[in-house]
Amino acid sequence: MSGFFKSSIGRKYAMALSALFLMVFLLQHFAINILSVFSPDAFNEASHFMGTFWAVQFVLQPILIFGVVFHFVMGFVLEIKNNKARQKSYVKNNGNANSSWMSRNMLLTGAVVLAFLVLHFIDFWIPELNVKYIQGDMSGLLTDGEGFRYYEELVHKFENPLRVGAYVLAFVLLSLHLLHGFSSAFQSVGANNIYKKSMKGLAQVYAIGLPVGFIFIALYHHFNH
Amino acid sequence: MNLTLKIWRQKNANDKGKMVDYKINDVSPDMSFLEMLDVLNSGLILKGEEPVAFDHDCREGICGSCSLYINGEAHGPDRGVTTCQLHMRKFKDGDTIYIEPFRATAFPVIKDLIVDRSAFDRIQNAGGFISVNTSGNTIDANAIPINKHDADDAFSAATCIGCGACVASCKNSSAMLFVGAKVSQYALLPQGRVEAVDRVKNMVAQMDLEGFGNCTNTGACEVECPKGISLENIARMNREYLFANIKD
Repeated sequence: MSGFFKSSIGRKYAMALSALFLMVFLLQHFAINILSVFSPDAFNEASHFMGTFWAVQFVLQPILIFGVVFHFVMGFVLEIKNNKARQKSYVKNNGNANSSWMSRNMLLTGAVVLAFLVLHFIDFWIPELNVKYIQGDMSGLLTDGEGFRYYEELVHKFENPLRVGAYVLAFVLLSLHLLHGFSSAFQSVGANNIYKKSMKGLAQVYAIGLPVGFIFIALYHHFNH
Repeated sequence: MNLTLKIWRQKNANDKGKMVDYKINDVSPDMSFLEMLDVLNSGLILKGEEPVAFDHDCREGICGSCSLYINGEAHGPDRGVTTCQLHMRKFKDGDTIYIEPFRATAFPVIKDLIVDRSAFDRIQNAGGFISVNTSGNTIDANAIPINKHDADDAFSAATCIGCGACVASCKNSSAMLFVGAKVSQYALLPQGRVEAVDRVKNMVAQMDLEGFGNCTNTGACEVECPKGISLENIARMNREYLFANIKD
């Protein structure tokens, strides 16, 4: 396997595998977030488990961070290499005739999602690290000690319409990213049969359904509290 | 039809090159695109100007010599045809037609619309063949039972004429459709399995060495390919490459 990941196809595999991992994570993230709509208590319980269980915090979380950073860095590296493969552009190029806008603008949609992740980290992840590992409060309770704080924090964040607008925009761009990315990942790992048949429909359900679900959660809390 | 042509003119590989406008009148819709360029060149020669250099050979859509990026698409707006099979009926009177060479760092322009596609030859030389002892004991290929589905897929892959439209159409100038087709046409047949591991590794290594970009699965190559080579061939090459590296 020496040199596999230095080759163009090896890099395709690396990009696709990190994408598949992130898509599984996104599904798990959604499964917990949607609980906040149906049952604040269940959302609190799930959040507390994810936020305090050692295997999630010290094994899965570092893997997730590595996966996110790797996917973005690899995306930019590949873009730079690909630009070198055509140093002189066409005077007239009709990309719409043979490919989707989404497939040609993965870097753009990915960069917007990256910008959203910075906002998301500032909103949730950094305060969470502060409370748990700097202040040392692992209880997950509100300051008055009356129940868990996770649901209250979520609702509070979605009070600001600008933040909700940013979330909606980011998830629209994520949807565009996934509309190409989902099936592209399967094609890259050589799963063309799956890619061509049953997965194509699932790709659209995932790429549209999941971001719409996240948007619904943000809007639900904005308009109901 | 009366047309305005905007054609890339470049004296040699080192020249900067530029788009030059030409007017051409009384073009028959029954002409092929290359015949239209022949007429243009006849006029240029009569005026004492340098004719436009472009690649062509069989003019039957099978040799892979002709190229041209016409109105933003490899081999022009028609589907499943090479430039030599593209007819002027695909255009309208008064149209402006942009004609450019295939663009890729691995396909440097030699002159005007002619590019050097020998990178494809070097990839082919790296493994796009089978080694057969032809000293008299060769087994008749037709005597070897082959699954019909595999035989059809191998044949489809083998219809690639190596024109380079895939590279020209790809936003990354990737050659993976070409290499995928060449790997597949052998990988699907028992004769090709013997050297399958070395073939895919050597051809991919040469492809990377030539400076082609990475495939991002836009599918533009499949759409613009005059022979309709399928993206399945890229997926098959990816699998072959992974298994070849695991085995090695």
